[in-house]
Amino acid sequence: MSDKSTYDLVVIGGGPGGYVAAIRASQLGLKVAVIERENMGGVCLNWGCIPTKALLRAAEIYHLAATADQFGITIGQLSFDPEKVVKRSRDVAATLSAGINHLMKKNKITVYAATAQLREKSGEDWQITLDKGDPIRARKVILATGARARHLPGITPDGENIVTYRDAMTPKTMPKHLIIIGSGAIGMEFASFYVDMGVKVTVVEAADRILPVEDHEISAMAEKAFMARGITIHKGAKLEQVNASKAPATGVKARVAIDGKTTELSADRLILAVGITANVENLGLEEAGVKLDRGHVVTDGFGQTNVKGIYAIGDMTGAPWLAHKASHEGVIAAEHIAGKSDGHTMKATDIPGCTYCRPQIASVGLTEKAALDAGYTLKIGRFPFRGNGKAIALGDDDGMVKTIFDQKTGELLGAHMIGPEVTELIQGYVVARQCEATEAELMQAVFPHPTLSEAMHESVLDAFDRVIHF
Amino acid sequence: MAIINMPALSPTMTEGKLARWLVKEGDTVSSGDVIAEIETDKALMEVEALDDGVMTSILVAEGTEGVAVGTAIAEILDEGEESALGGQPPVAAPKATPEPAARPATKEQVVKEASPPMSKPMPMPEKATAQPQAAQNGDKGDRVFASPLARRIAEQKGINLSHLKGTGPHGRIIKQDVENASPGMARTDTAKPRAMPADPSEQSTLIPVSTTRKVIASRLQQSMQDAPHFYLNMDIELDALLAARKAINSAQSDAAKVTINDLLIKCAAACLIKVPEVNSSWEGDYIRQWHHADIAVAVALEGGLVTPIVWQADQKSLTSVSGEVKALVQKAQEGRLKLEEFSGGSFTISNLGMFGISSFTAVINPPHGAILAIGAGREMPVVKDGAITTATMMTATLSCDHRVVDGAVGAKWMAEFKTIVENPMLALI
Repeated sequence: MSDKSTYDLVVIGGGPGGYVAAIRASQLGLKVAVIERENMGGVCLNWGCIPTKALLRAAEIYHLAATADQFGITIGQLSFDPEKVVKRSRDVAATLSAGINHLMKKNKITVYAATAQLREKSGEDWQITLDKGDPIRARKVILATGARARHLPGITPDGENIVTYRDAMTPKTMPKHLIIIGSGAIGMEFASFYVDMGVKVTVVEAADRILPVEDHEISAMAEKAFMARGITIHKGAKLEQVNASKAPATGVKARVAIDGKTTELSADRLILAVGITANVENLGLEEAGVKLDRGHVVTDGFGQTNVKGIYAIGDMTGAPWLAHKASHEGVIAAEHIAGKSDGHTMKATDIPGCTYCRPQIASVGLTEKAALDAGYTLKIGRFPFRGNGKAIALGDDDGMVKTIFDQKTGELLGAHMIGPEVTELIQGYVVARQCEATEAELMQAVFPHPTLSEAMHESVLDAFDRVIHF
Repeated sequence: MAIINMPALSPTMTEGKLARWLVKEGDTVSSGDVIAEIETDKALMEVEALDDGVMTSILVAEGTEGVAVGTAIAEILDEGEESALGGQPPVAAPKATPEPAARPATKEQVVKEASPPMSKPMPMPEKATAQPQAAQNGDKGDRVFASPLARRIAEQKGINLSHLKGTGPHGRIIKQDVENASPGMARTDTAKPRAMPADPSEQSTLIPVSTTRKVIASRLQQSMQDAPHFYLNMDIELDALLAARKAINSAQSDAAKVTINDLLIKCAAACLIKVPEVNSSWEGDYIRQWHHADIAVAVALEGGLVTPIVWQADQKSLTSVSGEVKALVQKAQEGRLKLEEFSGGSFTISNLGMFGISSFTAVINPPHGAILAIGAGREMPVVKDGAITTATMMTATLSCDHRVVDGAVGAKWMAEFKTIVENPMLALI
């Protein structure tokens, strides 16, 4: 085997975890290769975060145009072309994927378009076989193969009537009536998109509230906002059976038990958005002895698995299944491999979560319930966007900012936001938490006027009974 | 603002007796003022104020024995400053009561839990934590990098941040570091295990060398390399000088009281005029003999030392020498000395007596020809006229540059010095 195909680090998977880890490792002077079986950028860039944001932007523009008369603007008859909407979404993804390939070149990272499998260790190195071309060798390996949509037993997606996210973001036609199973971030973003495009949407959620990982108040406000937009929501609903006929025209029937009462829902399409399954198969993990727990690879704070020299990052290592979590873990793992770690690891409570439905939802840290369960005595602040000048000027003043502090230390335990552009605002609180700011620093910080961010300031003030504009 | 702690007067001292307070609560003190006398098994030592301000709280009563080193004994506040002890600023300073130890318990009287029993037990405050110490360390001027949350939790738990090792970016102390520490703990030993292999940087700390440190290093190295040093020891009885000081100070206002060190400067100045060969510098082809005794005084600073100069000490009165030394020491500690205030001079005095050092040899401070090292005054048995009696003795050591000063010349100077210290009236001649 030549030195040419021996690398300091081989990253398996070119998603937001893998390619970022590769770039960081290359910056630190390592010889790096990435193996990607499909498109650089992974699900995030090609089939997740990015293309759905392009779809939601189209939905937003359609919604704004439809409500333009509120702003004194007259627009004639509105219509849209689903094919063009989807094409723009695909073009955005393609642009960015090409950008990743450029970044790989720029950082002198070798990209193998192949499927990889770990083989036996030869000396210090791992041998990795590829389905196309000669095997390569790696001193260290980062597994970053991500995840795929989780299926429910007995319900097989057919790509027509029963679909998962991938088909849901490339509809050839708009259904008349759509059922979405699961009200997490993916489910609610599709619900928001389709209802804006004029589709009748029914959401089925097994938990007693939608967006179950969010703070209960946020869930309640989101539910109210979605119902006002005409979305039907079934909570505490257990999906018992789905029947889909082969012919698309006849659609899909879902039998759902709600409070012990069985109801049959019918629609012409059903999206399964019930979480994800880690991609841990056919990688040679079992042979290498890599430890799994409930389908996810077990790692320490630096991404190290139980097998020396093998790291894992991103979705395949467990929740939260978010691109920025994967990227951050990629950097931590790359620095650890290069011997440049400063000991920084990541806490799950420091990872923000964003849902780009309308209204947007963003949060970081503990929910009120989690904070109470952890034994904290709380100071809670709330500020509604209808007290915010910028939000009113935007004509988008539904929503609020909720902040949760530890009464004893003033630590910002959690922040939960629903409303306009909150996905862009949450990082203010993320930085505050990372710097371990207390309420004092947040109060002392100057927030620009007029901005939506003022609601963040006011919420902190409200927690300590000092709110100004409400 | 300054909390005055029980000083360690010798490396082995763990406790001492607070012999006497020379100021009362409410008195104004200036930097350098002697505020108290501390008695150890070896000696009676003075405690000087390091800051100007008002003595707001005396925390340990006069006559208290067994006061542990590091115990807060008093607090001096500048006008308008808030007490670190939770007391009032000086304007509202409580009037001293005739019997301080008999005062009722107030929050101002924060005494460390670790203090050994005192002759008159001090009331325990509600919060007997290590907080006063934390406040004191925060004032040292060394910036402690810690997150706001870590600071607040440390304050609540009574943890001294300066003793913690930070695991955040650039060693910043974060919440986790404080939570892993226990109150009063010097260093967290529950620091999270490092996943990286051990290297020397984990077992030690690299301290960058400051400009001051570099100057000290190069000058003293040069001195030891270039100047052939030899050393002369002399035991000198101090009782007459102590008596003289007492007599002088009894006629002086508090602010103008002189220290033993001030008197020694005057004595040395007189000897340098009498034996001018010692008041000289080596300049290669010449020896430069100075006309005045420009005496440098070694002042210890955090991270180094500096030797500000009392110019023409031979020409100045004792009180003006004393005032000048106080001003120079303060400026040195504040880092405000001007270049001309510590460059040049003809002779140095270094006094480590306050640390209980009995005798030591000092490195000559170029371009000087000699340096005088002063040890602590100790009460010792001596033989006088065939009988054993006691006297307060000190050992002075003169380090001489042999290129300038020969042994006999140095010895002559030391004999003069002994004579004048033991007969301070001669300084009047």
